[in-house]
Amino acid sequence: MPALSSAPIPTTSARTEISTAASRSLALSFDRIEKRFGTLFALRGITLEIQPGEFVALLGPNGAGKTTLLRIAALLSTPTRGRVRFTAGSRSPGAQESGDGIPGDSAKRLIGMVGHNPLLYDDLTAAENLKLFAQLYGLDDPAACAAKGLESCGLAERANGIVRTFSRGMRQRLALARALLHGPSLLLLDEPGTGLDRQAVSWLSQTLARLRSEGCTMIMSTHARSESLELATRAVLLGGGRVAEDTRPGGDPRPLLERLRSEN
Amino acid sequence: MKLRIPATIVVAGMMMFAGYAALFIAPDEVTMHAIQRIFYFHVPSWSASFTAFFISFVASVAYLSSKRDQWDWLAVSAAEVGVIACTIGLVTGPLWAKPVWGVWWTWDARLTTTFILWLLYISYLLLRGLIEEPGRRARLAAVFGVFAFLDVPLVYVSNRLWRTQHPAPVMFGGQGSGLDPTMGKVLGFCIGSVMCLMVFILVDRYRLESLRHELDELRQEAETRSIDAQNAPSGVPGAS
Amino acid sequence: MSTARAASIVLAKELRLELRTRELLSATLVFALIVIVMFSYAFDPTPAESRRYGPGLLWIAFLFAGSLMLHPSFAREHAGETMDALRLAPISSFAILLGKMAANFIFLAAAEVILVPVFSVLYDVPLAGILGRLILVLALGTLGLIIAGTVFAAISAHSRMRELMLPLLLLPVLAPLLVAAVQATRALLADPPSLDQAWVVFLAAFDVIFITASWLVCDFLLEE
Repeated sequence: MPALSSAPIPTTSARTEISTAASRSLALSFDRIEKRFGTLFALRGITLEIQPGEFVALLGPNGAGKTTLLRIAALLSTPTRGRVRFTAGSRSPGAQESGDGIPGDSAKRLIGMVGHNPLLYDDLTAAENLKLFAQLYGLDDPAACAAKGLESCGLAERANGIVRTFSRGMRQRLALARALLHGPSLLLLDEPGTGLDRQAVSWLSQTLARLRSEGCTMIMSTHARSESLELATRAVLLGGGRVAEDTRPGGDPRPLLERLRSEN
Repeated sequence: MKLRIPATIVVAGMMMFAGYAALFIAPDEVTMHAIQRIFYFHVPSWSASFTAFFISFVASVAYLSSKRDQWDWLAVSAAEVGVIACTIGLVTGPLWAKPVWGVWWTWDARLTTTFILWLLYISYLLLRGLIEEPGRRARLAAVFGVFAFLDVPLVYVSNRLWRTQHPAPVMFGGQGSGLDPTMGKVLGFCIGSVMCLMVFILVDRYRLESLRHELDELRQEAETRSIDAQNAPSGVPGAS
Repeated sequence: MSTARAASIVLAKELRLELRTRELLSATLVFALIVIVMFSYAFDPTPAESRRYGPGLLWIAFLFAGSLMLHPSFAREHAGETMDALRLAPISSFAILLGKMAANFIFLAAAEVILVPVFSVLYDVPLAGILGRLILVLALGTLGLIIAGTVFAAISAHSRMRELMLPLLLLPVLAPLLVAAVQATRALLADPPSLDQAWVVFLAAFDVIFITASWLVCDFLLEE
């Protein structure tokens, strides 16, 4: 501990850690969400309560509504009917939900998203991309945040490389770094593993494992074979815009995952 | 639906009488003679198109604030009807202008405004045709509809300011001055009839749009049912 | 974060992207230059005629160049779906729109800074005594063009045939702006030059009305 003199006394420190952990987790509830594109129903009434700190695997065939649901959770898309509610929750098991729903504008600060696309500017460098998003989230010292982000995803050496020249794996790592810049309490991942090489996949799993241990709530849409699924604490299967199966908080997602795997 | 047949008869009767009145009841105009009688359809088409565009604007605003599909149907129906009425105005205008003013067209404030308005709503309809996703189409078209309508007074004012040096051809020397009372009555009746016709077509067009929507919905429903039916036996118990 | 702060971040990003690729500015400039040269071929104007028709030519060139240049403003966010990234951030949609407007204004104004002197030299139209007033008219006109153009670029970015759709939407709406800007510029190039206040007020009113409307509709423009 290099800066021991400036560190607070241990008891306070411990308490701070707990409260950080608590503020880091976010609960969200989907309340009878419907989304129509014209006459096409993408979602037909999804009701789900996601507990703080859960790692939910969102499964289902193409067109089941996984991406739409994640976009609604990310506040990128407004549901045709129903609503999403965010609550700052405590991590301790069995604790009551505390506090009111967090309004959308503040919720945006707590949400990170890794989309199907990396959501990066191809013509900017890795460092410029991260710095831009650090600025947009109003973080102090954006340049330092960007450097830290690059460090965390192992791209510090390529900081000044134009994203266009990056491989899919590098982009996806940078995308995750971008999504984690502002320390979100809820991370949404839309098929983050697609097109990644083995090395990048294991890096992804490690990062997700770390986030899970930190109490970050995560929802990840994926196919049943994904490696990162080992980390999931709950599995939700969507079909035709509805929840087909849900292993519930505290349940064991593995039997469902096993079955889906064997079906494919 | 019950009202439809009587409404058709009433509107058709009104239009027939309007035609008769314009040709035979209205007195002959002193300087322009027979050609002036086009006036009884030219002016009503103009007022009908402006009313329709106004309805479209209101429906666009209502759509944006409520997100109810019905407003979008009304907005597109009114825009289409407005474009038709505006086209009639733009065609009958030059027919009248050529023998009277000696030119088919003149760039005076009213004509230019109408022409630009016509172009704006043609663009509006084109735009709708080129956006695939219905929700997005309705939303973006409504935004354009609002901008287009806001533009109309600006077009008019700019043309008035611009053309002050070039006095525009005068129709009757001013609003209402020297307009024969019979002429006024016939014009009033014609405006009323064309407005009724416009509303009649608008209602019909709106119904078409809502039927189209219903058809889409049924088609979707049929598709999902067939998908559900395919999935059900293959063992997703909670799916149905 | 304030809207102005967020808009300035978006603006800085747009400028950085443009400086890196230099796609927009060079294409816009060359296109407008071609229009200006074509004018000579089409009309073979005398200096007096240039003063009379030049303002119309200049504004037509700006309008066409603008309607081409504005298209990538939103279309190039499609590539990496970066509009989603902007919309994920805790900033208002008006900030995104405003940042883009400011960037587009800078691009078109930069092109004009080069084009207007070129026009002045090629067609022997002296600008020395009217520079300040000319800048006022150019700025007000360009602002209106950019405000409406940026909004419509956001609309046309979602349609098929987007490149074609933008001018179709934009040019009729800009008709009053064109009249006002051309008349104001013409009054400045006339002998003796004068600043036509009615048109300047009209241009300012156009800008205010359209920026207000953009502010009112910006959420619908970018939402899904």
